[in-house]
Amino acid sequence: MLPTLGGRIQTRLVLLTVVGGVVTFIIGPLLPISAPLSVVYRNTFIILATVAVLGIGWECIYHFVMQWRWEKDWPTLFGLATGIPEGVVVWLLLRAGLIPGISGTVPIAAFVIDFGLVWLAVWLVANGPMRVPFIRWRFHGGRLV
Amino acid sequence: MVAAAGIPVTDVPFVSIGGGIGSFVTVDYLRIAGVTTNRIAVLSNLDYPWQTYEYLTRVSQIPRPERIRSDSASRPDNIWGFPSYALAEAVTERTLAPLWQVLIEPMWADFYTPKAGRVFAALERESKRIGYTTMLVKGQVRMVRKRQGGGYFVILTPMVGSTPTKRLAYRAEFVHLAVGYPGLRYLPELQEFRTAHQDFHHVVSAYEEHEHIYEAARTKHLVVMLRGGGIVASRVLQRLMDDRAKHGLSTEIIHLFRTYISSAHGPNAWNRRKGAHGFAYQGFNYPKSVWGGQLKSEMRKLEGDQRAAKYKLMGGTNTPYRRRWQAQMKEGRESGWYRTLAGTVGEMRLEHGKIVSCVNTSQGMAEIAADFVIDCTGLEADIAEHRVLADLLAHSGGGRNPLGRLDVERSFELRGSASGPGVMYASGATTLGGYFPGVDTFLGLQVAAQEIADDLARRGFCARIGTFRSIRQWLRWARNKQP
Repeated sequence: MLPTLGGRIQTRLVLLTVVGGVVTFIIGPLLPISAPLSVVYRNTFIILATVAVLGIGWECIYHFVMQWRWEKDWPTLFGLATGIPEGVVVWLLLRAGLIPGISGTVPIAAFVIDFGLVWLAVWLVANGPMRVPFIRWRFHGGRLV
Repeated sequence: MVAAAGIPVTDVPFVSIGGGIGSFVTVDYLRIAGVTTNRIAVLSNLDYPWQTYEYLTRVSQIPRPERIRSDSASRPDNIWGFPSYALAEAVTERTLAPLWQVLIEPMWADFYTPKAGRVFAALERESKRIGYTTMLVKGQVRMVRKRQGGGYFVILTPMVGSTPTKRLAYRAEFVHLAVGYPGLRYLPELQEFRTAHQDFHHVVSAYEEHEHIYEAARTKHLVVMLRGGGIVASRVLQRLMDDRAKHGLSTEIIHLFRTYISSAHGPNAWNRRKGAHGFAYQGFNYPKSVWGGQLKSEMRKLEGDQRAAKYKLMGGTNTPYRRRWQAQMKEGRESGWYRTLAGTVGEMRLEHGKIVSCVNTSQGMAEIAADFVIDCTGLEADIAEHRVLADLLAHSGGGRNPLGRLDVERSFELRGSASGPGVMYASGATTLGGYFPGVDTFLGLQVAAQEIADDLARRGFCARIGTFRSIRQWLRWARNKQP
């Protein structure tokens, strides 16, 4: 998929909600967090929402960076590697207590597993299977509506 | 009137003219959208959809084991592009290399591109799956005319002896034109030389059979002049360089560029294409985002001169940057057997068995003698060179776009050709210059097919491919079951 700005944002929001939501739900009980499952889910879903909301800003930056590319494309690796700065920013906000609604603390190992698996799943779906249910998606710059 | 002329009339609601990959991809979409084979006819002089494509790729030095210039997810046999060619290759050949290449392209590896043989084999499978041959009618289409009662008549000359009459008429509500390139055009000086000397042996087009040049190079020292800076020039150059290395030959190559690109070029920092040693470098025929991203979206809004200007900005002859070619050319430049120059040829003459080209360069006139000249410029003939298109422009209301090709709407409906409820569509090379630039590519044909299928769904001809149909049909594709 070669994104337009609107397409980037729509794809991120939909994939984080659907794919990210499913992955977060599945891995919640398996994360190394010593807290009741309800707290784990609350925290991980808040982190997921944070990635989605901050992502709107990130996508504007990526769109700006993309303007310097002749092909106006976004190589596959970029989609994966941008998880690193995004993950670091969310972690710093988490540690600084700036993400509202988080109860207690989230261990770094749990965060890395949670964020990493969600990111990887979203990236994998965006790079292939997404084209099956949404046949117009890739020709519309990643827009779904 | 048609029946009175003794021409048998067959009613088929959708007729596709051409029978190449453009027809195939469109028909594939329609079959997946629920149209049965008895409601579609493909009129063509080809036996199978990839026949012309395979011929052209083979003679321009991409035989089946070599890789074509197309993206991993541009699969004309699979409207979803999933699994991509790279994933399919990784699975069938049990290697992660294609997936790794897709991951790190284009920064740390060349763009992944599929082998021609894999593309043709997959097309053959899909062709059988959708019952393509049952829709195919062999013959030469003569003309398409509007009917008084709406829709169209398509007049076909069938294969000799296949029918009792010399003409057949197809009465259709929807007609799709995918006739491909109208024809080749040679550089004028090459054409003059060929005509004057009746020499079609020493001066050839890369799109003609020219194996004799490579064979001659194995028997004696040759000087070969190449003209053009696109993908075909690169492939021919690669063949000459490969043979040179493989058989220890002494072939010298003189490469003449009309427009010599020496560095990155473009009007500003965010519109700069890479280039060096004569070539403009670009992964595919167009910047990637024309097939679905920013450039596609921008172009869709432009009209007339603005659109033509945008085409000019992203156009120009280009070729991919491939590391193997770079290494070969570097060796050739350093050893002196590969030389480039920029200029135009004023005159060509025969002298002591050599073809002498008088080249106007920025430093003055240079005379270059070569044993063979290979024209890799790939100039295309005007659309009016094609009989059906000429008739269409003259009699059926079709017009030209800002680049002089067929003027189509965003839905690929041919402007001015509507006939009652009937609609004529066109896709492929003949529509270059429209709202969508990458028309003459695998993915471009699929973009067009999707627009056409959606437009036909709005008109009630077929079902719209929504999420559930798409998933269901993909599963059928994966299991090789009929749509």
